[in-house]
Amino acid sequence: MKRHLISAADLSRGDALLILDTAEELASLADRPIKKLPTLRGRTVVNLFFEDSTRTRISFEAAAKRLSADVINFSAKGSSVAKGESLKDTALTLEAMGADAVVIRHSASGAAHRLAGWVRGSVVNAGDGTHEHPTQALLDAFTIRRKLRASGGRGAGLDGIRVTIVGDVLHSRVARSNVLLLSSLGAEVTLAAPPTLLPLAVDTWPCAVSYDLDTELPKSDVVMMLRVQQERMTAAYFPSVREYSRRYGLDAARMARLPEHAIVMHPGPMNRGVEIAAEVADSARSTIVEQVANGVTTRMAVLYLLLGGTEFPEVAS
Amino acid sequence: MDATAHSVAGRDGLAVLDAEEIRRALTRIAHEILERTHGGDEVVLLGIPTRGVPLARRLAARIGEFEGLEVPCGSLDVTMHRDDLRLRPARALGRTDLPPSGVDGKTVVLVDDVLYSGRTVRAALDALTDLGRPRTVQLAVLVDRGHRELPIRADYVGKNLPTSQREVVHVLLTEVDGQDAVMISDEGRPE
Amino acid sequence: MTAWLIKSAVIAGPGGHGVTDLLLADGTISAIGSGLSDAGAQVLDAAGLIALPGLVDLHTHLREPGREDAETVETGTRAAALGGFTAVHAMANTEPVADTAGVVEQVWRLGRAAGHCDVQPVGAVTVGLGGTRLAELGTMADSAARVRVFSDDGRCVADPLLMRRALEYVKAFDGVIAQHAQDPRLTEGAQLNEGEISGRLGLAGWPAVAEEAIIARDCLLAAHVGSALHVCHVSTAGSTEIIRWAKSKGWPVTAEVTPHHLLLTDEVAVGYDPVFKVNPPLRTAADVAELRRALADGTIDCVATDHAPHPMEAKETEWSEAAFGMTGLETALRVVQQAMVDTGLLDWPGVADRMSVRPARIGRLPGHGAPLAEGGPANLTLYDPAAPAEAVSPVGASKSRNNPFAGMPLPGRVVATFLRGTPTVLDGKLA
Repeated sequence: MKRHLISAADLSRGDALLILDTAEELASLADRPIKKLPTLRGRTVVNLFFEDSTRTRISFEAAAKRLSADVINFSAKGSSVAKGESLKDTALTLEAMGADAVVIRHSASGAAHRLAGWVRGSVVNAGDGTHEHPTQALLDAFTIRRKLRASGGRGAGLDGIRVTIVGDVLHSRVARSNVLLLSSLGAEVTLAAPPTLLPLAVDTWPCAVSYDLDTELPKSDVVMMLRVQQERMTAAYFPSVREYSRRYGLDAARMARLPEHAIVMHPGPMNRGVEIAAEVADSARSTIVEQVANGVTTRMAVLYLLLGGTEFPEVAS
Repeated sequence: MDATAHSVAGRDGLAVLDAEEIRRALTRIAHEILERTHGGDEVVLLGIPTRGVPLARRLAARIGEFEGLEVPCGSLDVTMHRDDLRLRPARALGRTDLPPSGVDGKTVVLVDDVLYSGRTVRAALDALTDLGRPRTVQLAVLVDRGHRELPIRADYVGKNLPTSQREVVHVLLTEVDGQDAVMISDEGRPE
Repeated sequence: MTAWLIKSAVIAGPGGHGVTDLLLADGTISAIGSGLSDAGAQVLDAAGLIALPGLVDLHTHLREPGREDAETVETGTRAAALGGFTAVHAMANTEPVADTAGVVEQVWRLGRAAGHCDVQPVGAVTVGLGGTRLAELGTMADSAARVRVFSDDGRCVADPLLMRRALEYVKAFDGVIAQHAQDPRLTEGAQLNEGEISGRLGLAGWPAVAEEAIIARDCLLAAHVGSALHVCHVSTAGSTEIIRWAKSKGWPVTAEVTPHHLLLTDEVAVGYDPVFKVNPPLRTAADVAELRRALADGTIDCVATDHAPHPMEAKETEWSEAAFGMTGLETALRVVQQAMVDTGLLDWPGVADRMSVRPARIGRLPGHGAPLAEGGPANLTLYDPAAPAEAVSPVGASKSRNNPFAGMPLPGRVVATFLRGTPTVLDGKLA
């Protein structure tokens, strides 16, 4: 029985398609006069954000409210956690408040797993350390399907679509979730990064690996740029931001070498000028703004499927 | 009770309507709709998934044949407004597809295959309210099997079929099931 | 002192005696043979039991002084006795650190007062475990605690020059430096073995090379200055290869392995339960197989528990916040039976050698580790290998509950432990 969404590996291809198709149905809500459905009325969704992330938190909040759920926002700054309260005690407090679902973002890998052991409600992982961010991967998959499949691609997977993910894979929860989810939907995923930013055992992942971005560009239908933190330079992951940008940054020249239909994605926030040039971010190929809108829709689908009935439905694989 | 045994291929249970009878019922309903809406004025047909949708399309086609009138046709999924969601795992959503002319000020005719407790129609009315403000809402069903649990009634009925609550009514339509028939049996088909 | 007649035990040791009796009197084994008279002695029916020389642990954390919330000498030695140990070496990373005669003598006295097993304090190599200045190794050696094993365990003596000096210095009093091999720069923020699992879980990796590189360096240093090196908690196949090579050259290197590294792999970390977080980390199945082989062929000299108790709040948290360490005194012999004896890799005389004889020799500990023989000290452990496999209870004599084997079925049962002829454990309970 699926009570939680903690890792993209929790989702079979059938589960992922169900979420995307549900999101497809919910997408039209944004065009209606009343942007609300009564389905989660009386349910309480808690946003438990230990890391600052206004965008993701607002996305989950909007998704829950559009389904008429009550939303409680908990941010770590200035809270009991800042005074040293443990994750376990915070979880027990939420239990006492009767949270039906807890959306958690935390800086420690595995925090969502631990929380799931302490609460009765559903746990949705909104990003735990460098482990996973499954709803990001879902909204990315949804965006890719809408852009590259005929008529929005209802019912279809991403079979044969070539996705290149570029950047700091080692520290990226977005990369981990996307590799798992996109490949289970049938996409061909390639990671492009310097060797220092790839996990040692990446050859066991369901994707290809390349150290050379330029060879991958002409064969990519989707290029997904990951944010690279400047602090990685001091830990000797790469010699300088300039060299990183030169070898792995997506500038206008590189963008021109993409196939005509190809799209550029970024989970945000962007370091304009480092991994992505400003003109690329603002170009017509960029889906960065749509990804945000699709985030609300996909998160609505996830919350509905987890909380709308007794449990997430069984899907024949 | 009109239940007569007909030999309809392929299913357990008794056939109470065959393809021919279904065709005639839909033709009659189409005419009735035209009569009661001043010739189909401002009518929008919305089928409730799953089988209400092909029924709505067939009604629209017949009205088109009889009057040369193109009636806007679409689908209205009611899953999110059901009152029994918490009783089982979350259900997959059906398509909601409104015709471009919308529903404001229109005569919306909801179309479904079977009218039973009335809860589906109640959910459809709620769903419709969030989409706009029709001038009137009417209901067309192929089969009314009784046992209403809410004050809901159909305006157009293909066949009245008194049943016991132990029985299950299956409507089969070519677009979905490969044949046209209405069957009654004692075991349930999983919804 | 009451004399004890142990009837019908099987002695695990060289020159098998078959089923035999042992008479313990005045702290020694006064007779071994069959049909010994029980006059004036309490009788213990040891039919079906194996008699091992009292187990010696080269690596335990008793946490006192300073962290009595996790364990004390009293509770830790109770756990040791229940695990069949008659002597444990108490590591120096207490608060204050055991880097002076004062602290080691305190720990030694607490052990004597508790009386459940002998406590041999380990002295720190460097002051405060800071890795920059040698601690007063000689004074600790001359103290009442008679320290012979020195270790900064918890931390690595990373500075090669300091490690060389320490190795040289202890030659004067037949000391041995026990190294916790972990290159600090390669393991900054490390959480879990660097491999497929760490990559999947998003936890910073602890690469095997960080252990192997230090071991290689230290073996060369020990050979160069002609002094004894002991390698703590070997955890990788690569480390065993290096140690095997060093021994083949005749260099004075010894090594230990923990019970958990003989049984558990990094796969158990998949649920992020910090009970499995330990330093050095759990490795792969290939490493476990190689460690077992090395213990079987003697490349690894002994099993040492690295019993590391922690209070609940240090383990009931996110993985990256949790403390490193697992308890192990009470389950050690059962784990070794499961991993080594039941798999046919080691017989019971071999267990006696690896868990009593060699650790006592490496620790230069007189009075322990002697194969059971007439006239020898009456330090022995009676163990029932045929006891039905029972799930390990999460609650034991140790104050702490961070036991990775809790709920896991393990074979065997320690029935009795004798310390110089006095029982500390009878019928599996504290005497």
